[in-house]
Amino acid sequence: MAELLRLLSLQDSSTRVVMLSTAGLAIAAAMVGSLAMLRRRALVGDAVAHASLPGICLAWFVAGDRSLAVLLVGAFVLGLACMGTMALVQRLTNVREDATTAIAISGFFGLGIVLSRMIQNQPGGNRAGLDGFLFGKAASAVTSDAWLVLVVAGVVSATVLGLRKEFGLLCFDRAFAAGIGRPVHRLDALLLVLVAIVTVAGLPSVGVVLVVAMLVIPPAAARCWSVSLGTMLAVAAAIGAASAIIGTGLSAVLPPPGGASGGGWPTGPMIVLTAAALFVLSLLVAPQQGLLTAMWRRHRLRSSVQSSSGSMR
Amino acid sequence: MIDPALELAPWLTADDLWTMATAVLASVACGLVGCWLVLRRLSLLGDAISHAVLPGIAGAFLLTGTRDVLPMLLGATVIGIATAFLSSALGRWGRVDRDAAMGVTFTSLFALGVVMMSLAARQVDLDPGCVLYGLLEFVPFDTVDLLGVQVPRAAAWLGGALIIDVILMVAFFKELRATSFDPAHAASLGVRVGLVHLGLMAAVAANTVVAFESVGSILVVAMLVAPGATARLWTDRLVPMLWLATAIASATAIVGYLVALELNTSAAGMIATISMVGYVGSVGAVVTIGATRRSSQSGRPSFSEPRP
Repeated sequence: MAELLRLLSLQDSSTRVVMLSTAGLAIAAAMVGSLAMLRRRALVGDAVAHASLPGICLAWFVAGDRSLAVLLVGAFVLGLACMGTMALVQRLTNVREDATTAIAISGFFGLGIVLSRMIQNQPGGNRAGLDGFLFGKAASAVTSDAWLVLVVAGVVSATVLGLRKEFGLLCFDRAFAAGIGRPVHRLDALLLVLVAIVTVAGLPSVGVVLVVAMLVIPPAAARCWSVSLGTMLAVAAAIGAASAIIGTGLSAVLPPPGGASGGGWPTGPMIVLTAAALFVLSLLVAPQQGLLTAMWRRHRLRSSVQSSSGSMR
Repeated sequence: MIDPALELAPWLTADDLWTMATAVLASVACGLVGCWLVLRRLSLLGDAISHAVLPGIAGAFLLTGTRDVLPMLLGATVIGIATAFLSSALGRWGRVDRDAAMGVTFTSLFALGVVMMSLAARQVDLDPGCVLYGLLEFVPFDTVDLLGVQVPRAAAWLGGALIIDVILMVAFFKELRATSFDPAHAASLGVRVGLVHLGLMAAVAANTVVAFESVGSILVVAMLVAPGATARLWTDRLVPMLWLATAIASATAIVGYLVALELNTSAAGMIATISMVGYVGSVGAVVTIGATRRSSQSGRPSFSEPRP
């Protein structure tokens, strides 16, 4: 209980930084994810995330340096390579995008597993550091790494906010944007790079398998609350930050499920479940489109019609 | 059956061959079902279902306390069908497009599954990591007696699944074909389009679960989608596509396993890698062939919509 209070009041400086960085990242991911979703590229982040696993392993092999920054650079490079390959296949053939995406997701992940097993087989190699990337371990993050993530998240958020008008035009009417001379190809590419950056930056806290949730769930929830791009970005950012803070807090505070010896609650899944709960809530009670709200409005309308028709009689 | 194969390839052990046979069975069973997903442009739904079955498996496991296959199969099939429904329902209510709705559904369910598995970790060793990787290497250690022969349990289950798949596919071939290529026309002929879709989703979920234990949840996606998508590059006709997918699935599993053996690494991971290499290579080859054909003859495009 005392620990819970200490955590919630953010007295512990390292917890504070870790939570801040996870929340900052969630804000950036939610905003970039909103644009990606409106541009109908919601699941590109999933392919990038899965491609980052072999990237991390390759960086491990090549650099020999195991600092987070080096591993994440490896992840980013392979993420971009994966997106490039997918775009190339798309350009060359007219097979639907979905098959290519699904094959990229599992193929790159398979390569990652192959490489990580080879690291494990090396003398003196252990992949304790790699396993943390699968489901995320925000609680064990180092303060300097947290600062790094926070800076990246800040830069990405600033880019999205600065180019809000251009991105909005791109998402809602690409042909018009091209017509008035906006560099649509470069904007599209920039959006994909931003997706890759937030995906890779989210790996340490949420993990390879679930990081795409940070790009998809808060924007989908925000979609229920908003009719304009500005509101959507703001609401998505708020929902993302709330899920990151609550999820990280829960995974740090709850007693470990496997007993004291077993592992604790995995951070990534807790963040994702919190976001999912907020999404369901949005779906039900959002003022314009919520299911319960609509039911309530219909009920009010019916009773008012009945009472007015009764008074006419 | 095993002995002549051992003479042919003396550097392999009987265990290697059984593992390879299991991989081929998994790959072909998933690949055949996956062909229909590819044709219906539902490849990502295969991805979503294979992630989402996790809470079904974990739930069956928490309830029964054993690693019995049947309860897990039931739980996962139910969740798999629920995923297909939830994705389309969320798309309608939440007014987000299909990809995003699927992303929301499968990440949430997968997260739920991982948390449930952490809860179960106290009872029996069920490692979330091995859910992702699969344990193909351990297949020969768990055998059942089948007509006097010791057969790996996974191979027996996968063989059964493959036989059921083929029987169902032959029995409902007309319905599957009609609903995949022209659902509106199929409906006007009196085919129950929704029911066929439901059956296909159930088949995807069931195959995923049976293959899951040996190849893991993410690699099963490669087995579902890659053979069908690769075969689709080479042919515009349905029956040749199914045969070609079967051949590609078997070849991928065999080559992947042998390479993994040589490099001493994860066989399931290598099979997925080889699937992707085969797909990208096929894209390159087909595009090159198409370009040379176009420059030598008149301008017939190298791709056309599939003919039923």
